[in-house]
Amino acid sequence: MTINIILGVSLVLAAAWTVMTARLLRSVIGLALTSMILTIIMFKLNSPLAAVFELSVCAGLISAIFISCISLTQRLTDEQAAAKQKERFSKFWLLPVILVLAGVALYQVHIPLDFHLQAAPSESDVRNIIWNLRHLDMIGQIVILLAGAFGVVALFKD
Amino acid sequence: MLSPLLLLPLLAIIILNLPIRSLTQKLSVWVGIGLSLWQIVAVVLLAMGHESADAWGKYFTLGLSCDNLTLVLLMSIGIVTLATILVGWQTIGGEKQRFGFMNLVFVAMIGMNGTVMLADLFSLYIFIEVTAVASFILIAFQRNTNALEGAFKYIILSATATVMMLLSISIILLVVGDTSFAAAGSAVKQSQGNPLVIVAIGLFICGLLIKGGVVPFHGWLPAAYSAAPAAASVLLAGIATKTSGIYALIRLTTSVFANNESVNSILLLAGTISILVGAFAAIGQSDFKKMLAYSSISQVGYIILALGCGTNLAIIGAVFHLFNHSIFKSLLFVNSAAVETQSGTTDMNKLGGLGTKMPVTNATSLIAFLSTAGVPPLAGFWSKLIIIIALWQNNLHTYATIAVLASVLTLAYLLLMQRKVFFGKVAEGLGNVKEAGWGITTAASILAAITVGVGVTFPWMFNSVLMPISSFLK
Repeated sequence: MTINIILGVSLVLAAAWTVMTARLLRSVIGLALTSMILTIIMFKLNSPLAAVFELSVCAGLISAIFISCISLTQRLTDEQAAAKQKERFSKFWLLPVILVLAGVALYQVHIPLDFHLQAAPSESDVRNIIWNLRHLDMIGQIVILLAGAFGVVALFKD
Repeated sequence: MLSPLLLLPLLAIIILNLPIRSLTQKLSVWVGIGLSLWQIVAVVLLAMGHESADAWGKYFTLGLSCDNLTLVLLMSIGIVTLATILVGWQTIGGEKQRFGFMNLVFVAMIGMNGTVMLADLFSLYIFIEVTAVASFILIAFQRNTNALEGAFKYIILSATATVMMLLSISIILLVVGDTSFAAAGSAVKQSQGNPLVIVAIGLFICGLLIKGGVVPFHGWLPAAYSAAPAAASVLLAGIATKTSGIYALIRLTTSVFANNESVNSILLLAGTISILVGAFAAIGQSDFKKMLAYSSISQVGYIILALGCGTNLAIIGAVFHLFNHSIFKSLLFVNSAAVETQSGTTDMNKLGGLGTKMPVTNATSLIAFLSTAGVPPLAGFWSKLIIIIALWQNNLHTYATIAVLASVLTLAYLLLMQRKVFFGKVAEGLGNVKEAGWGITTAASILAAITVGVGVTFPWMFNSVLMPISSFLK
């Protein structure tokens, strides 16, 4: 129970830091950290496959893409960063408060969990799930990737 | 015949992007025209019961489903995509840019076709996102400040909708263990009163209302429609947002969240507010495209209002108005494209007297605006009439009265638009304006002919086309 609370609180703190920090690089590190904590939670919830995807794609690949993109931008000076940080805190200081209050409220509210929870199909072959059961979703994913590529060509080339 | 509607545009993208660009860049527009015409023919064949001719089904079992609602949407997608390609051909300069635009239209086509042929919540979400990603890029296509701002607004609100829908799907998966419409529908019916299920339904509906640009989630829509290139506006306003927001809402409220009184009350309220806010905001606009965008919000309100009424007749009216709106709104955006390309502006205060210079655009705009306002015997009149009768029969007299009065507002702002742009003296500097090119006028003529044709043949259509639509209602 204690480790679950620590993980939950860490997840919220990392996510809040990601959106509140002024520097893009720190924000990406915060995002990667959030994904890593989420990976541990998924693993503890007996979803190793989802955990692997979260770690490799969200914490790994996406962070790498963000960092390579940030390397093309100009770095803020310390003064600019400090001013930006102050501005962000003045705008978003309520965010962590709302998060904590929402957590307390959800904890107090009785959520009926009297339905049969469906366990992740860990015994099923992942190849069967992806290529036979959800192959239409795979086509959708491929098309989204194509759209992303066309977007880069249309908006950033030349 | 269903799987090619997804696979052929995908195949077209792959072949057109092979390293023989000098050839494929020239062919892309023709491929697009061919695909959209083929889609229209395929829908007619499917409607006539030619499913057995599905040779592709033996090789590709994609688990797609098709009923009368699907057919109506597939037909709208085919027609509006054809109009978009014709307008794009004329308005997007440079072969390379046009090629990029066509690739995105094909992606949007896959997304929209997929959305209407699915019977699974998670797959629906994925294909709505395919359409959304193509839409972001199409809005930002011109890369100027307005375009980027419009796209950014849409991305932010669309991402909010995405989070809501994903959370809803997660809850449904947790409760039901399956995301198919059938399983989710029966589980939702059995779990009436379960707060988690109510939260899931509320989140999904809010997500779809954002995607559909319904008040109070409409903030992104005027900026996106007005900033997008003319051809992209036709696609977005005509069918893209209707498919990802409004169609999905019709499908889910009838198949998954059926007969839920709280949902119906929310939809009645959201529909009425949309009708009024859209109409009043449209009156105050001086930009042609922004006025059409607010008009779109108002017209979508009628569909949501009918959906909230919930009777079979109301749902038929909603589907019919969805089809009509996709046609006449596309036509109005085609006309705005004609005016923009020929005069160089969409500011109605700088326009005037174009009716004599652009007779085809003037005539088709007149047809579209009369249909939008619900003037008989055009298509828009019949769909609004069905919705109002359904509301009245269901003792929703106040909503029916508001719907009738809002039609007068629609007539007022569209008449104002027609007078400012097409009637009166020719505005300064517009003396040399000529009719738009054949691509735009052909698109406008096709859409106007459909608007008139559907309206004039309504007595036949009601029994032979509209009543069978209700077969998808269980």
